Amino acid sequence: MLETITMYLEYPFVINALIVGVLIALCSSLLGVTLVLKRFSLIGDGLAHVAFGALCVATVLHMANKMLLTLPITVICAILILRGGQNAKIRGDAVIAMISVGSLAFGYLIMNVFASSANLSGDVCSTLFGSTSILTLTEQEVWLSVILSILMVAAFVLFYNKIFAVTFDEDFARAARLNVDFYNLMISIVIAIIIVLSMNLVGSLLISAFIIFPALSAMKLFKTFRAVTICSVILSVVCAFIGIAISILGGTPVGSTIVAVDALTFGLCFAVNKFGGVAA
Amino acid sequence: MTLITCDNVALGYGSRVVVDGLNFTVDEGDYLCIIGENGAGKSTLVKTLLGLQKPLRGKILLNGLNAGDIGYLSQQTAIQKDFPASVNEIVLSGCLARKKFLPFYSAQDKEIAATNMERLGVQSLADRSFAELSGGQQQRVLLARALCAAKKILLLDEPVAALDPEATADMYKIISQLNQDGITIIMISHDVNEAIGRAKHVLRLGKKIFYGTSEDYHA
Ligand SMILES: Nc1ncnc2c1ncn2[C@@H]1O[C@H](COP(=O)(O)OP(=O)(O)O)[C@@H](O)[C@H]1O
Ligand SMILES: [Mg+2]
Repeated sequence: MLETITMYLEYPFVINALIVGVLIALCSSLLGVTLVLKRFSLIGDGLAHVAFGALCVATVLHMANKMLLTLPITVICAILILRGGQNAKIRGDAVIAMISVGSLAFGYLIMNVFASSANLSGDVCSTLFGSTSILTLTEQEVWLSVILSILMVAAFVLFYNKIFAVTFDEDFARAARLNVDFYNLMISIVIAIIIVLSMNLVGSLLISAFIIFPALSAMKLFKTFRAVTICSVILSVVCAFIGIAISILGGTPVGSTIVAVDALTFGLCFAVNKFGGVAA
Repeated sequence: MTLITCDNVALGYGSRVVVDGLNFTVDEGDYLCIIGENGAGKSTLVKTLLGLQKPLRGKILLNGLNAGDIGYLSQQTAIQKDFPASVNEIVLSGCLARKKFLPFYSAQDKEIAATNMERLGVQSLADRSFAELSGGQQQRVLLARALCAAKKILLLDEPVAALDPEATADMYKIISQLNQDGITIIMISHDVNEAIGRAKHVLRLGKKIFYGTSEDYHA
């Protein structure tokens, strides 16, 4: 067992996959706590479906760099969903459901009608559940994700206190002259970017599990915002590491394996919260 | 010194006028109690004073106050039951109003938070989870946070609405004490008798707007 692991660690593609996977886990869990607490858990799901729809369009158009289409469309939808959530006439969850189911259906429809690929269901499946492209990362892509992650963590730390205030009590934050709308907008845009970037790894169906599981697990263990945030990042990173390791060793799909590990961890945290002594 | 002057103000949303012809002033050290039926526009007035929305007509003058200098305790804060936050984290967040572009809390902020927690008797709860406190304790914590935002003036929107009689009496006592310490208070209340007994001025919203001293209101 140990030998197999050391053997695998000699391959650069394994190291790359671990680095990028762990970084995506880190970034997606940072804002997970905020999204769960703002009752925006489903925004990840909705946006992932939007990204899927956009990806289908990009595929049909034979675009060389599909990101050029998926990223802007997903960001725009993130802003729309957020605006919808603030508008009392259409409920936030209804907007998310509409946009998400709509783009899923249109995406698949377009793929079916226009795509020339022989392996249509294979293509769709890998977009939904993640492909193996994490195992074929170039050095450039690895560096890009390292830099983006550092920027993301730095921004999160700098704005941490404001994110707390905006998450905890929007009214008070507004009264204290914080630009609440700006922070909400930033949170949605960053989430959209994370979703598009990590679609390759976990696929669009599983990405929201990636965002919310660590936050929910951490909330079972801790009762302060700081502790929950730190714990969710650690849980997310550890689960991603274990998940990727298992998937490489056992040949299982990467995204599903990570989410399975996340889900098991949640079960464990739930049990600790229910039956064990709870950490303060 | 007059802190707030409302000059023939109309309040509302879009084209819908909720309150019209509103005139009153708030002096430094004042204790103004705002009463009126549900839907009379009390919360609307508070939000307008905070600068969260604009008056439809008329002028609100803030003298020597930036809108962010006002401490605010909102009506039934929609804070969720399961929100993980310690008392300390919440009270400290009141200091954000004065921080503008600085990302972290300074030692001075922490001192202000500690002082205000002590003032409201919640310093022993500093590391406790907010969600697990009683209603009365939660209101005190939120009041401590409001005090961190502003030393001069507090706007309290139905601070006792969800409290039992004992916690209510407690809250009123704390608010009076803050007023005696020199903090200007604007408080919305349902509980007319108890609240007005302690206030210096009364503003009643509704069909007939009343503004005057609390003695005049009883007469
Ligand atoms: N965001 C809003 N948009 C439109 N109308 C509102 C809004 N908030 C409150 N109102 C209306 O304004 C009126 C006054 O509300 P409010 O100030 O909350 O009353 P009070 O606090 O005195 O009970 C009510 O009729 C209410 O329906
Ligand atoms: Mg009200």
